[in-house]
Amino acid sequence: MMWSELDTWIVITGALTAMACAVPGVFLLLNKQSMLGDAISHAVLPGLAIGFLVSGTRDTFPMLLGAALAGVFTGVVSGMIERRGRVEAGASLGVVFCSLFALGLILIRLAADHVDLDPGCVLYGSLELAVIDSASVPRIAWQSGAILVLNLILAGFFFKELQLAAFDPRFAKASGIPAGWLQQGLTVITALTTVVAFESVGSILVIAMLIVPGATAMLLSRSVAGVLLWSLAVALCSAVIGHLSAISIGPVFLSLLTGHGNLGSLSSAGMMAVCAGLIFFTIFALAHLAQRLFSRVKEHSVTPQA
Amino acid sequence: MTSLPLEIRSLNVAYHRKMVLWDADLKIRSGRTTAIVGPNGAGKSTLLKAALGLIPSASGEILFYGEPLKKVRSRVAYVPQRESVDWDFPVSARDVVAMGLYKKIGWCLPVRSRHRRMADEALADVGLAEFAGRQISQLSGGQQQRVFLARALAQKAELHLMDEPFASVDAATEQAILALLKRLKDQGGTVVCVHHDLDTVAEYFDDVILLNMRVVAQGPASEVLTPENLRKTYGARLTLLDEAVVDLSRPGAPREP
Repeated sequence: MMWSELDTWIVITGALTAMACAVPGVFLLLNKQSMLGDAISHAVLPGLAIGFLVSGTRDTFPMLLGAALAGVFTGVVSGMIERRGRVEAGASLGVVFCSLFALGLILIRLAADHVDLDPGCVLYGSLELAVIDSASVPRIAWQSGAILVLNLILAGFFFKELQLAAFDPRFAKASGIPAGWLQQGLTVITALTTVVAFESVGSILVIAMLIVPGATAMLLSRSVAGVLLWSLAVALCSAVIGHLSAISIGPVFLSLLTGHGNLGSLSSAGMMAVCAGLIFFTIFALAHLAQRLFSRVKEHSVTPQA
Repeated sequence: MTSLPLEIRSLNVAYHRKMVLWDADLKIRSGRTTAIVGPNGAGKSTLLKAALGLIPSASGEILFYGEPLKKVRSRVAYVPQRESVDWDFPVSARDVVAMGLYKKIGWCLPVRSRHRRMADEALADVGLAEFAGRQISQLSGGQQQRVFLARALAQKAELHLMDEPFASVDAATEQAILALLKRLKDQGGTVVCVHHDLDTVAEYFDDVILLNMRVVAQGPASEVLTPENLRKTYGARLTLLDEAVVDLSRPGAPREP
Protein backbone atom coordinates (compact mmCIF):
# COMPACT_ATOMS: atom_id res chain seq x y z
CA MET A 1 0.00 0.00 0.00
CA MET A 2 1.26 3.44 -0.90
CA TRP A 3 0.42 6.55 1.08
CA SER A 4 0.60 9.86 -0.74
CA GLU A 5 -0.39 13.43 0.02
CA LEU A 6 -3.63 12.73 -1.84
CA ASP A 7 -4.50 9.98 0.62
CA THR A 8 -4.09 12.44 3.47
CA TRP A 9 -6.49 14.86 1.78
CA ILE A 10 -8.97 12.08 1.03
CA VAL A 11 -9.05 11.11 4.70
CA ILE A 12 -9.28 14.71 5.90
CA THR A 13 -12.06 15.57 3.46
CA GLY A 14 -13.94 12.37 4.14
CA ALA A 15 -13.71 12.88 7.90
CA LEU A 16 -14.79 16.53 7.71
CA THR A 17 -17.73 15.62 5.48
CA ALA A 18 -18.83 12.74 7.67
CA MET A 19 -18.60 14.87 10.83
CA ALA A 20 -20.43 17.77 9.17
CA CYS A 21 -23.27 15.38 8.28
CA ALA A 22 -23.31 13.76 11.72
CA VAL A 23 -24.33 17.00 13.48
CA PRO A 24 -27.69 17.63 11.74
CA GLY A 25 -28.05 13.85 11.51
CA VAL A 26 -28.19 13.51 15.30
CA PHE A 27 -31.01 16.05 15.54
CA LEU A 28 -32.93 14.44 12.66
CA LEU A 29 -32.64 11.16 14.52
CA LEU A 30 -33.84 12.70 17.79
CA ASN A 31 -36.75 14.27 15.88
CA LYS A 32 -37.58 10.80 14.50
CA GLN A 33 -37.05 12.28 11.05
CA SER A 34 -34.27 10.10 9.70
CA MET A 35 -36.39 9.55 6.62
CA LEU A 36 -36.43 13.32 6.09
CA GLY A 37 -32.63 13.24 5.90
CA ASP A 38 -32.84 10.52 3.29
CA ALA A 39 -35.49 12.47 1.39
CA ILE A 40 -33.54 15.73 1.44
CA SER A 41 -30.34 14.12 0.29
CA HIS A 42 -32.20 12.82 -2.78
CA ALA A 43 -34.45 15.80 -3.32
CA VAL A 44 -31.63 18.35 -3.53
CA LEU A 45 -30.69 16.85 -6.87
CA PRO A 46 -33.09 18.90 -9.06
CA GLY A 47 -32.12 21.97 -7.01
CA LEU A 48 -28.48 21.36 -7.85
CA ALA A 49 -29.28 20.80 -11.50
CA ILE A 50 -31.48 23.88 -11.78
CA GLY A 51 -28.89 26.02 -10.02
CA PHE A 52 -26.36 24.65 -12.45
CA LEU A 53 -28.55 25.15 -15.55
CA VAL A 54 -29.45 28.71 -14.60
CA SER A 55 -25.94 29.84 -13.72
CA GLY A 56 -24.25 27.75 -16.41
CA THR A 57 -21.21 27.16 -14.20
CA ARG A 58 -20.30 24.73 -11.49
CA ASP A 59 -20.01 27.60 -9.00
CA THR A 60 -20.95 26.56 -5.52
CA PHE A 61 -23.33 29.37 -4.64
CA PRO A 62 -26.16 28.94 -7.20
CA MET A 63 -26.08 25.19 -6.67
CA LEU A 64 -26.22 25.64 -2.89
CA LEU A 65 -29.15 27.99 -3.23
CA GLY A 66 -31.04 25.67 -5.57
CA ALA A 67 -30.41 22.68 -3.35
CA ALA A 68 -31.42 24.48 -0.16
CA LEU A 69 -34.68 25.56 -1.80
CA ALA A 70 -35.34 22.00 -2.97
CA GLY A 71 -34.66 20.71 0.54
CA VAL A 72 -37.07 23.14 2.15
CA PHE A 73 -39.62 22.39 -0.58
CA THR A 74 -39.44 18.69 0.30
CA GLY A 75 -39.94 19.34 4.00
CA VAL A 76 -42.84 21.75 3.50
CA VAL A 77 -44.69 19.85 0.76
CA SER A 78 -44.45 16.44 2.39
CA GLY A 79 -45.64 18.01 5.66
CA MET A 80 -48.57 19.54 3.82
CA ILE A 81 -49.54 16.27 2.13
CA GLU A 82 -49.35 14.51 5.46
CA ARG A 83 -51.62 17.02 7.21
CA ARG A 84 -54.16 17.56 4.45
CA GLY A 85 -54.27 14.33 2.55
CA ARG A 86 -54.49 11.67 5.28
CA VAL A 87 -51.33 10.09 3.88
CA GLU A 88 -48.88 8.53 6.31
CA ALA A 89 -45.67 10.52 6.94
CA GLY A 90 -43.30 8.01 5.34
CA ALA A 91 -45.48 7.67 2.26
CA SER A 92 -45.84 11.41 1.72
CA LEU A 93 -42.06 11.84 1.99
CA GLY A 94 -41.57 8.96 -0.41
CA VAL A 95 -43.88 10.50 -2.97
CA VAL A 96 -42.14 13.85 -2.85
CA PHE A 97 -38.51 12.82 -2.77
CA CYS A 98 -38.73 10.08 -5.38
CA SER A 99 -40.40 12.42 -7.87
CA LEU A 100 -37.83 15.12 -7.17
CA PHE A 101 -34.94 12.67 -7.42
CA ALA A 102 -36.20 11.43 -10.79
CA LEU A 103 -36.66 14.99 -11.98
CA GLY A 104 -33.12 15.71 -10.85
CA LEU A 105 -31.73 12.81 -12.85
CA ILE A 106 -33.52 14.02 -15.99
CA LEU A 107 -32.27 17.57 -15.48
CA ILE A 108 -28.70 16.44 -14.90
CA ARG A 109 -28.81 14.34 -18.04
CA LEU A 110 -30.04 17.44 -19.84
CA ALA A 111 -27.32 19.58 -18.35
CA ALA A 112 -24.63 17.02 -19.01
CA ASP A 113 -25.16 17.44 -22.75
CA HIS A 114 -23.98 21.03 -22.51
CA VAL A 115 -21.50 21.21 -19.73
CA ASP A 116 -19.40 19.03 -17.56
CA LEU A 117 -21.70 17.59 -14.88
CA ASP A 118 -21.58 13.85 -14.63
CA PRO A 119 -24.58 11.99 -13.17
CA GLY A 120 -22.24 9.32 -11.82
CA CYS A 121 -20.24 11.91 -9.91
CA VAL A 122 -23.36 13.41 -8.42
CA LEU A 123 -24.75 10.06 -7.33
CA TYR A 124 -21.63 8.31 -6.09
CA GLY A 125 -19.28 11.20 -5.43
CA SER A 126 -15.68 11.33 -6.51
CA LEU A 127 -13.58 11.78 -3.43
CA GLU A 128 -10.44 10.53 -5.16
CA LEU A 129 -10.74 13.02 -8.03
CA ALA A 130 -12.11 15.97 -6.07
CA VAL A 131 -9.02 16.26 -3.88
CA ILE A 132 -6.81 16.71 -6.92
CA ASP A 133 -6.53 20.47 -6.83
CA SER A 134 -3.89 22.98 -7.73
CA ALA A 135 -4.43 24.94 -4.51
CA SER A 136 -2.44 23.98 -1.42
CA VAL A 137 -5.67 23.07 0.35
CA PRO A 138 -8.19 21.43 -2.00
CA ARG A 139 -11.45 23.43 -2.33
CA ILE A 140 -13.52 20.44 -1.30
CA ALA A 141 -11.53 20.06 1.95
CA TRP A 142 -12.00 23.61 3.19
CA GLN A 143 -15.61 23.59 2.01
CA SER A 144 -16.50 20.59 4.13
CA GLY A 145 -14.47 22.07 7.00
CA ALA A 146 -16.46 25.29 6.75
CA ILE A 147 -19.83 23.53 6.83
CA LEU A 148 -18.66 21.44 9.81
CA VAL A 149 -17.72 24.60 11.70
CA LEU A 150 -21.05 26.22 10.79
CA ASN A 151 -23.00 23.18 11.94
CA LEU A 152 -21.09 22.97 15.22
CA ILE A 153 -21.65 26.67 15.94
CA LEU A 154 -25.38 26.41 15.22
CA ALA A 155 -25.73 23.22 17.27
CA GLY A 156 -23.90 24.93 20.14
CA PHE A 157 -25.98 28.12 20.05
CA PHE A 158 -29.35 26.44 19.68
CA PHE A 159 -28.51 23.31 21.62
CA LYS A 160 -31.20 23.52 24.29
CA GLU A 161 -33.90 24.75 21.91
CA LEU A 162 -33.17 21.94 19.43
CA GLN A 163 -33.19 19.43 22.27
CA LEU A 164 -36.58 20.63 23.54
CA ALA A 165 -38.12 20.85 20.06
CA ALA A 166 -37.06 17.25 19.44
CA PHE A 167 -38.18 15.87 22.81
CA ASP A 168 -41.49 17.67 23.30
CA PRO A 169 -42.47 20.04 20.46
CA ARG A 170 -45.91 20.71 22.01
CA PHE A 171 -44.42 21.89 25.27
CA ALA A 172 -41.86 23.95 23.34
CA LYS A 173 -44.63 25.75 21.44
CA ALA A 174 -46.74 26.24 24.56
CA SER A 175 -43.79 27.84 26.36
CA GLY A 176 -43.06 30.14 23.43
CA ILE A 177 -40.18 28.37 21.68
CA PRO A 178 -41.00 28.01 17.96
CA ALA A 179 -40.39 24.29 17.46
CA GLY A 180 -41.71 24.45 13.90
CA TRP A 181 -39.19 27.08 12.83
CA LEU A 182 -36.34 25.17 14.46
CA GLN A 183 -37.30 22.09 12.49
CA GLN A 184 -37.44 24.12 9.26
CA GLY A 185 -33.99 25.47 10.09
CA LEU A 186 -32.73 21.95 10.59
CA THR A 187 -34.13 21.04 7.17
CA VAL A 188 -32.27 23.94 5.54
CA ILE A 189 -29.01 23.06 7.28
CA THR A 190 -29.39 19.42 6.28
CA ALA A 191 -29.92 20.47 2.67
CA LEU A 192 -26.84 22.73 2.72
CA THR A 193 -24.70 20.03 4.31
CA THR A 194 -25.92 17.49 1.77
CA VAL A 195 -24.92 19.74 -1.12
CA VAL A 196 -21.43 20.22 0.18
CA ALA A 197 -21.13 16.51 0.93
CA PHE A 198 -22.45 15.27 -2.40
CA GLU A 199 -19.23 16.20 -4.14
CA SER A 200 -17.17 13.96 -1.92
CA VAL A 201 -19.47 11.09 -1.01
CA GLY A 202 -22.27 11.50 -3.52
CA SER A 203 -25.93 12.14 -2.93
CA ILE A 204 -26.70 8.50 -2.13
CA LEU A 205 -24.00 7.90 0.47
CA VAL A 206 -24.78 11.14 2.28
CA ILE A 207 -27.58 9.31 4.01
CA ALA A 208 -25.05 6.94 5.61
CA MET A 209 -23.12 9.91 6.98
CA LEU A 210 -26.29 11.60 8.19
CA ILE A 211 -27.80 8.68 10.06
CA VAL A 212 -25.25 5.99 10.96
CA PRO A 213 -22.95 8.02 13.26
CA GLY A 214 -25.96 9.32 15.20
CA ALA A 215 -27.60 5.90 15.41
CA THR A 216 -24.36 4.40 16.72
CA ALA A 217 -23.90 7.21 19.22
CA MET A 218 -27.43 6.64 20.56
CA LEU A 219 -26.22 3.22 21.72
CA LEU A 220 -23.27 4.75 23.53
CA SER A 221 -24.56 7.78 25.40
CA ARG A 222 -27.47 8.81 27.57
CA SER A 223 -27.34 12.56 26.98
CA VAL A 224 -27.85 14.62 23.86
CA ALA A 225 -24.43 16.27 24.18
CA GLY A 226 -22.86 12.84 24.61
CA VAL A 227 -24.64 11.52 21.54
CA LEU A 228 -23.36 14.50 19.56
CA LEU A 229 -19.72 13.95 20.63
CA TRP A 230 -19.83 10.19 20.04
CA SER A 231 -21.37 10.69 16.59
CA LEU A 232 -18.43 12.93 15.66
CA ALA A 233 -16.03 10.24 16.89
CA VAL A 234 -17.81 7.52 14.91
CA ALA A 235 -17.82 9.70 11.78
CA LEU A 236 -14.08 10.34 12.15
CA CYS A 237 -13.29 6.65 12.67
CA SER A 238 -15.40 5.56 9.70
CA ALA A 239 -13.54 7.98 7.43
CA VAL A 240 -10.06 6.92 8.56
CA ILE A 241 -10.73 3.19 8.69
CA GLY A 242 -12.79 3.39 5.50
CA HIS A 243 -10.02 4.88 3.41
CA LEU A 244 -7.36 2.63 4.92
CA SER A 245 -9.32 -0.47 4.06
CA ALA A 246 -10.19 0.88 0.62
CA ILE A 247 -6.51 1.02 -0.33
CA SER A 248 -5.22 -1.99 1.63
CA ILE A 249 -7.29 -4.96 2.73
CA GLY A 250 -10.39 -4.24 0.64
CA PRO A 251 -8.91 -5.07 -2.78
CA VAL A 252 -7.03 -8.09 -1.42
CA PHE A 253 -10.18 -9.44 0.16
CA LEU A 254 -12.20 -8.88 -2.99
CA SER A 255 -9.68 -10.46 -5.32
CA LEU A 256 -9.62 -13.51 -3.05
CA LEU A 257 -13.40 -13.61 -3.12
CA THR A 258 -13.85 -13.19 -6.86
CA GLY A 259 -10.70 -14.88 -8.09
CA HIS A 260 -9.78 -11.88 -10.20
CA GLY A 261 -6.29 -10.51 -9.99
CA ASN A 262 -5.36 -7.01 -8.94
CA LEU A 263 -8.47 -4.87 -8.62
CA GLY A 264 -6.69 -1.67 -7.59
CA SER A 265 -8.11 0.34 -4.73
CA LEU A 266 -11.82 0.55 -3.94
CA SER A 267 -14.08 3.59 -3.74
CA SER A 268 -13.04 5.41 -0.57
CA ALA A 269 -16.43 7.02 0.02
CA GLY A 270 -18.11 3.65 -0.38
CA MET A 271 -15.73 2.00 2.06
CA MET A 272 -16.28 4.84 4.55
CA ALA A 273 -20.03 4.16 4.51
CA VAL A 274 -19.43 0.42 4.80
CA CYS A 275 -17.15 1.03 7.78
CA ALA A 276 -19.74 3.23 9.44
CA GLY A 277 -22.21 0.36 9.08
CA LEU A 278 -19.69 -2.15 10.47
CA ILE A 279 -18.96 0.11 13.45
CA PHE A 280 -22.69 0.35 14.13
CA PHE A 281 -23.21 -3.43 14.04
CA THR A 282 -20.14 -4.09 16.19
CA ILE A 283 -21.30 -1.68 18.87
CA PHE A 284 -24.87 -2.93 18.56
CA ALA A 285 -23.72 -6.51 19.17
CA LEU A 286 -21.40 -5.50 22.02
CA ALA A 287 -24.13 -3.48 23.70
CA HIS A 288 -26.50 -6.45 23.61
CA LEU A 289 -23.82 -8.82 24.81
CA ALA A 290 -22.95 -6.48 27.68
CA GLN A 291 -26.60 -6.16 28.59
CA ARG A 292 -27.07 -9.94 28.64
CA LEU A 293 -23.93 -10.49 30.73
CA PHE A 294 -24.94 -7.71 33.09
CA SER A 295 -28.41 -9.16 33.67
CA ARG A 296 -26.92 -12.63 34.26
CA VAL A 297 -24.49 -11.25 36.84
CA LYS A 298 -27.41 -9.50 38.50
CA GLU A 299 -29.41 -12.74 38.59
CA HIS A 300 -26.50 -14.55 40.23
CA SER A 301 -26.03 -11.89 42.84
CA VAL A 302 -29.74 -11.92 43.68
CA THR A 303 -30.35 -15.68 43.90
CA PRO A 304 -28.21 -16.42 47.00
CA GLN A 305 -30.27 -13.96 49.05
CA ALA A 306 -33.57 -15.52 47.97
CA MET B 1 -62.15 44.32 37.35
CA THR B 2 -59.65 41.51 37.66
CA SER B 3 -59.72 39.22 34.67
CA LEU B 4 -60.15 35.46 34.77
CA PRO B 5 -57.12 33.16 34.33
CA LEU B 6 -58.78 31.66 31.27
CA GLU B 7 -61.88 32.59 29.36
CA ILE B 8 -62.96 30.92 26.14
CA ARG B 9 -65.80 32.27 24.00
CA SER B 10 -67.54 30.23 21.29
CA LEU B 11 -64.53 28.15 20.35
CA ASN B 12 -64.94 25.91 17.32
CA VAL B 13 -62.31 23.33 16.41
CA ALA B 14 -62.38 20.97 13.45
CA TYR B 15 -60.05 18.09 12.71
CA HIS B 16 -60.01 16.63 9.20
CA ARG B 17 -63.26 18.48 8.46
CA LYS B 18 -64.97 16.89 11.45
CA MET B 19 -66.08 19.17 14.27
CA VAL B 20 -64.42 18.29 17.54
CA LEU B 21 -65.44 21.29 19.62
CA TRP B 22 -68.67 23.09 19.01
CA ASP B 23 -69.21 26.61 20.30
CA ALA B 24 -67.40 25.97 23.57
CA ASP B 25 -67.80 28.70 26.18
CA LEU B 26 -66.03 28.45 29.48
CA LYS B 27 -64.63 30.43 32.36
CA ILE B 28 -61.91 29.25 34.71
CA ARG B 29 -62.03 30.87 38.13
CA SER B 30 -58.89 32.06 39.85
CA GLY B 31 -57.47 30.19 42.85
CA ARG B 32 -59.47 27.02 42.19
CA THR B 33 -58.92 23.59 40.73
CA THR B 34 -61.09 22.69 37.77
CA ALA B 35 -61.59 19.31 36.10
CA ILE B 36 -62.60 18.93 32.47
CA VAL B 37 -64.60 15.69 32.31
CA GLY B 38 -66.28 13.86 29.45
CA PRO B 39 -66.34 10.62 27.46
CA ASN B 40 -63.58 9.53 25.07
CA GLY B 41 -63.42 11.73 22.01
CA ALA B 42 -65.32 14.53 23.73
CA GLY B 43 -62.53 16.98 22.86
CA LYS B 44 -61.00 17.42 26.34
CA SER B 45 -57.36 17.40 25.27
CA THR B 46 -58.30 19.27 22.11
CA LEU B 47 -59.73 22.04 24.25
CA LEU B 48 -56.43 22.52 26.10
CA LYS B 49 -54.37 22.32 22.92
CA ALA B 50 -56.58 24.76 21.07
CA ALA B 51 -56.48 27.17 24.02
CA LEU B 52 -52.67 27.07 23.91
CA GLY B 53 -52.61 27.53 20.14
CA LEU B 54 -51.06 24.11 19.54
CA ILE B 55 -53.79 23.24 17.05
CA PRO B 56 -55.65 25.76 14.91
CA SER B 57 -59.19 26.71 15.88
CA ALA B 58 -61.83 27.58 13.29
CA SER B 59 -63.19 30.47 15.31
CA GLY B 60 -63.52 31.73 18.85
CA GLU B 61 -61.81 33.94 21.38
CA ILE B 62 -59.30 32.74 23.95
CA LEU B 63 -58.14 35.06 26.71
CA PHE B 64 -55.62 34.36 29.45
CA TYR B 65 -55.86 36.96 32.22
CA GLY B 66 -57.79 39.11 29.75
CA GLU B 67 -55.02 39.02 27.14
CA PRO B 68 -53.99 36.80 24.22
CA LEU B 69 -51.61 34.04 25.27
CA LYS B 70 -48.61 35.65 23.57
CA LYS B 71 -48.56 38.49 26.11
CA VAL B 72 -48.89 36.37 29.25
CA ARG B 73 -47.05 33.17 28.30
CA SER B 74 -44.88 33.19 31.40
CA ARG B 75 -47.98 33.03 33.61
CA VAL B 76 -49.21 29.82 31.99
CA ALA B 77 -47.70 26.33 32.32
CA TYR B 78 -48.70 23.26 30.29
CA VAL B 79 -48.35 19.60 31.26
CA PRO B 80 -48.86 17.45 28.13
CA GLN B 81 -50.03 13.85 28.26
CA ARG B 82 -47.26 11.54 29.35
CA GLU B 83 -47.70 9.36 26.25
CA SER B 84 -47.12 12.32 23.95
CA VAL B 85 -43.31 12.05 24.15
CA ASP B 86 -40.68 9.35 23.67
CA TRP B 87 -39.31 8.41 27.10
CA ASP B 88 -36.27 6.70 25.53
CA PHE B 89 -34.96 10.16 24.63
CA PRO B 90 -31.37 10.53 25.92
CA VAL B 91 -31.97 13.03 28.75
CA SER B 92 -32.06 12.85 32.55
CA ALA B 93 -34.99 13.82 34.79
CA ARG B 94 -33.12 17.03 35.68
CA ASP B 95 -32.68 17.87 31.96
CA VAL B 96 -36.43 17.52 31.36
CA VAL B 97 -37.34 19.72 34.32
CA ALA B 98 -34.81 22.34 33.23
CA MET B 99 -36.73 22.55 29.92
CA GLY B 100 -39.36 24.49 31.86
CA LEU B 101 -36.73 27.23 32.30
CA TYR B 102 -35.53 27.46 28.69
CA LYS B 103 -37.75 30.40 27.82
CA LYS B 104 -36.51 32.32 30.87
CA ILE B 105 -32.86 31.45 30.21
CA GLY B 106 -33.24 32.86 26.71
CA TRP B 107 -31.92 31.95 23.27
CA CYS B 108 -28.35 30.80 22.79
CA LEU B 109 -27.51 30.77 26.51
CA PRO B 110 -26.65 27.51 28.23
CA VAL B 111 -28.34 25.96 31.27
CA ARG B 112 -26.23 27.08 34.24
CA SER B 113 -25.79 25.60 37.72
CA ARG B 114 -28.36 28.05 39.10
CA HIS B 115 -30.96 26.57 36.75
CA ARG B 116 -29.97 23.02 37.57
CA ARG B 117 -30.52 23.87 41.24
CA MET B 118 -33.99 25.23 40.44
CA ALA B 119 -34.75 22.02 38.54
CA ASP B 120 -33.60 19.93 41.50
CA GLU B 121 -35.84 21.91 43.84
CA ALA B 122 -38.85 21.29 41.60
CA LEU B 123 -37.99 17.58 41.51
CA ALA B 124 -37.78 17.53 45.32
CA ASP B 125 -41.25 19.11 45.43
CA VAL B 126 -42.71 16.08 43.67
CA GLY B 127 -40.69 13.63 45.77
CA LEU B 128 -38.09 12.73 43.17
CA ALA B 129 -35.02 14.42 44.67
CA GLU B 130 -32.86 11.29 44.43
CA PHE B 131 -33.82 10.60 40.80
CA ALA B 132 -32.49 13.87 39.32
CA GLY B 133 -29.61 12.30 37.44
CA ARG B 134 -31.51 9.25 36.27
CA GLN B 135 -32.20 8.72 32.59
CA ILE B 136 -35.92 9.14 31.99
CA SER B 137 -36.43 5.68 30.48
CA GLN B 138 -35.36 4.24 33.86
CA LEU B 139 -38.29 5.87 35.67
CA SER B 140 -41.69 4.29 36.29
CA GLY B 141 -44.77 5.70 34.59
CA GLY B 142 -45.82 7.53 37.72
CA GLN B 143 -42.35 8.99 38.19
CA GLN B 144 -42.34 10.16 34.57
CA GLN B 145 -45.66 11.91 35.18
CA ARG B 146 -44.15 13.62 38.23
CA VAL B 147 -41.15 14.75 36.17
CA PHE B 148 -43.61 16.46 33.82
CA LEU B 149 -45.30 18.14 36.79
CA ALA B 150 -41.93 19.25 38.16
CA ARG B 151 -41.16 20.84 34.80
CA ALA B 152 -44.37 22.89 35.05
CA LEU B 153 -43.53 23.78 38.67
CA ALA B 154 -40.13 25.09 37.62
CA GLN B 155 -41.92 27.55 35.34
CA LYS B 156 -43.40 29.24 38.42
CA ALA B 157 -46.61 30.00 36.55
CA GLU B 158 -49.99 31.05 37.94
CA LEU B 159 -52.24 28.95 35.70
CA HIS B 160 -51.47 25.26 35.17
CA LEU B 161 -53.11 23.36 32.32
CA MET B 162 -52.64 19.59 32.80
CA ASP B 163 -53.65 16.89 30.34
CA GLU B 164 -54.67 13.71 32.20
CA PRO B 165 -52.10 13.88 35.02
CA PHE B 166 -53.89 11.08 36.89
CA ALA B 167 -53.98 8.67 33.92
CA SER B 168 -52.57 5.26 34.87
CA VAL B 169 -50.34 6.36 37.74
CA ASP B 170 -49.50 4.48 40.95
CA ALA B 171 -50.97 5.38 44.34
CA ALA B 172 -47.83 7.23 45.48
CA THR B 173 -47.92 9.45 42.41
CA GLU B 174 -51.64 10.08 42.83
CA GLN B 175 -51.00 11.31 46.38
CA ALA B 176 -48.05 13.43 45.24
CA ILE B 177 -50.16 15.07 42.52
CA LEU B 178 -52.99 15.76 44.96
CA ALA B 179 -50.59 17.34 47.44
CA LEU B 180 -49.18 19.42 44.62
CA LEU B 181 -52.62 20.62 43.48
CA LYS B 182 -53.39 21.67 47.04
CA ARG B 183 -50.11 23.53 47.37
CA LEU B 184 -50.53 25.34 44.06
CA LYS B 185 -54.01 26.39 45.22
CA ASP B 186 -52.74 27.56 48.62
CA GLN B 187 -50.22 29.74 46.82
CA GLY B 188 -53.06 31.36 44.90
CA GLY B 189 -52.52 29.42 41.71
CA THR B 190 -55.16 28.05 39.36
CA VAL B 191 -55.19 24.49 38.04
CA VAL B 192 -57.14 22.99 35.13
CA CYS B 193 -56.93 19.21 34.63
CA VAL B 194 -58.35 16.98 31.96
CA HIS B 195 -59.68 14.13 34.08
CA HIS B 196 -61.20 10.78 33.15
CA ASP B 197 -62.33 9.29 36.46
CA LEU B 198 -65.86 10.27 37.48
CA ASP B 199 -65.49 8.55 40.86
CA THR B 200 -62.77 10.88 42.10
CA VAL B 201 -63.65 14.11 40.37
CA ALA B 202 -65.81 15.57 43.16
CA GLU B 203 -63.22 14.64 45.76
CA TYR B 204 -60.18 16.06 43.91
CA PHE B 205 -61.53 19.23 42.29
CA ASP B 206 -63.48 22.36 43.25
CA ASP B 207 -65.07 23.02 39.87
CA VAL B 208 -66.11 20.75 37.03
CA ILE B 209 -66.64 21.34 33.32
CA LEU B 210 -68.67 18.58 31.65
CA LEU B 211 -67.69 18.37 28.01
CA ASN B 212 -68.98 16.41 25.06
CA MET B 213 -68.11 18.45 21.97
CA ARG B 214 -70.12 21.21 23.62
CA VAL B 215 -69.85 22.39 27.20
CA VAL B 216 -72.75 20.61 28.91
CA ALA B 217 -72.39 22.23 32.31
CA GLN B 218 -69.83 24.10 34.39
CA GLY B 219 -69.55 25.30 37.95
CA PRO B 220 -68.84 23.93 41.45
CA ALA B 221 -68.57 20.14 41.44
CA SER B 222 -71.54 19.58 43.74
CA GLU B 223 -73.85 21.57 41.49
CA VAL B 224 -72.64 20.24 38.17
CA LEU B 225 -72.44 16.50 38.88
CA THR B 226 -76.14 15.75 38.72
CA PRO B 227 -77.54 12.57 37.10
CA GLU B 228 -79.29 14.77 34.56
CA ASN B 229 -76.04 16.51 33.51
CA LEU B 230 -74.08 13.25 33.43
CA ARG B 231 -76.72 11.67 31.23
CA LYS B 232 -76.47 14.62 28.88
CA THR B 233 -72.69 14.26 28.75
CA TYR B 234 -72.27 10.52 28.53
CA GLY B 235 -75.57 9.55 26.94
CA ALA B 236 -77.80 6.76 28.20
CA ARG B 237 -75.05 4.16 28.50
CA LEU B 238 -73.62 5.43 31.74
CA THR B 239 -76.97 5.33 33.50
CA LEU B 240 -77.55 1.75 32.43
CA LEU B 241 -74.11 0.83 33.66
CA ASP B 242 -74.74 2.55 36.98
CA GLU B 243 -77.97 0.65 37.48
CA ALA B 244 -76.22 -2.60 36.69
CA VAL B 245 -73.57 -1.83 39.31
CA VAL B 246 -76.25 -1.00 41.86
CA ASP B 247 -78.06 -4.20 41.02
CA LEU B 248 -75.04 -6.38 41.50
CA SER B 249 -74.13 -4.83 44.82
CA ARG B 250 -77.57 -5.61 46.27
CA PRO B 251 -77.69 -8.73 48.43
CA GLY B 252 -79.32 -11.58 46.61
CA ALA B 253 -78.56 -10.13 43.19
CA PRO B 254 -77.77 -12.73 40.51
CA ARG B 255 -74.05 -13.50 40.32
CA GLU B 256 -71.93 -15.21 37.74
CA PRO B 257 -71.12 -18.77 38.78
